[in-house]
Amino acid sequence: MYDAMLAETVRIAGHGGDGIEAYLARPLGPGPYGGVVVIHHMPGYDAATKEITRTFGVHGYLAICPNLYSREAPGASPDDAAAAVRARGGVPDERLVGDVAGAARHLRGLTSSNGKVGVIGYCSGGRQAFLAACSLDLQAAVDCYGAFVVGHPPEGTPLKVRPIVDLTPNLSCPLLGLFGAEDKYPSPEHTAELERALRQHGKTFEFHSHEGAGHAFFAVDRPSYRPQAATEGWQRIWEWFGRYLAA
Amino acid sequence: MCTYLTENVEVEGSGKGREGWFPLRCATVYLDHPQHASAEHSLNIDFLNPDRGPSARVAVELDPASARALARAILRTLDQAPAGLVTVST
Repeated sequence: MYDAMLAETVRIAGHGGDGIEAYLARPLGPGPYGGVVVIHHMPGYDAATKEITRTFGVHGYLAICPNLYSREAPGASPDDAAAAVRARGGVPDERLVGDVAGAARHLRGLTSSNGKVGVIGYCSGGRQAFLAACSLDLQAAVDCYGAFVVGHPPEGTPLKVRPIVDLTPNLSCPLLGLFGAEDKYPSPEHTAELERALRQHGKTFEFHSHEGAGHAFFAVDRPSYRPQAATEGWQRIWEWFGRYLAA
Repeated sequence: MCTYLTENVEVEGSGKGREGWFPLRCATVYLDHPQHASAEHSLNIDFLNPDRGPSARVAVELDPASARALARAILRTLDQAPAGLVTVST
């Protein structure tokens, strides 16, 4: 089987038509392939997230990770960019939706696209994946331990984050949730509340809480990495996207 | 977890970053995942000057006990300053 893949930095039109940087990984076969928008974690558009994006490419998806910090910190190192954005209060929700819409549009415009696009996000990106799936026409979503879909961030935080569980009725696609049983943001109570909302509105979803894992168990370059949870999680992601993004 | 526990503080002073000294304008203090320290969570401080771009930054990631020891040392040092040397005591 032909398995060549190309990964490169591209410019796409994000929210408001702004030109933003993105990392695109795509199989070089004719397709048709499903697409995945990868939303990076709060520490930014870093090497680990680019590796995740390439992994989707290797598995036969057109994958793109928009640099959500492009505007504040063009060309800066990922940690400096994350610090600059944190100091300014984080990424506004409306802008996130516009950037994911631009990324999805870019994927659908590729000649090897099958027109289907899913979204996956990690950490703060988990909440943003849910937000995008409630705001855009997408075909599948994966929320990896996204905090504050349910519940409020700490009092006085300058980060502009609000709970968005009230958007559940607008969820446009099936949602896979992958959480750590030992996480506190989101806690098992938070994910249980989101489950109740999804059930109440008749949404298609599947949640898994991994024992022995806390937050960021997919992050291979951090002490939070839990190989068993991550391996099972990846398997569930392949099944989920395989089911909903296949040609 | 991502705690989102973050405080912004206006600061006046200087920091030494990758391109040498620069004036500081603010500091962000937060408890979250470190970029580099070998811990799941750390007390992080970014000393910044947003006017000079994202790279005008001096960053530290401390384990919580170290951060408390540092905070106490700063306050103790200021408290021990000779009368009249430090004009702002709060």
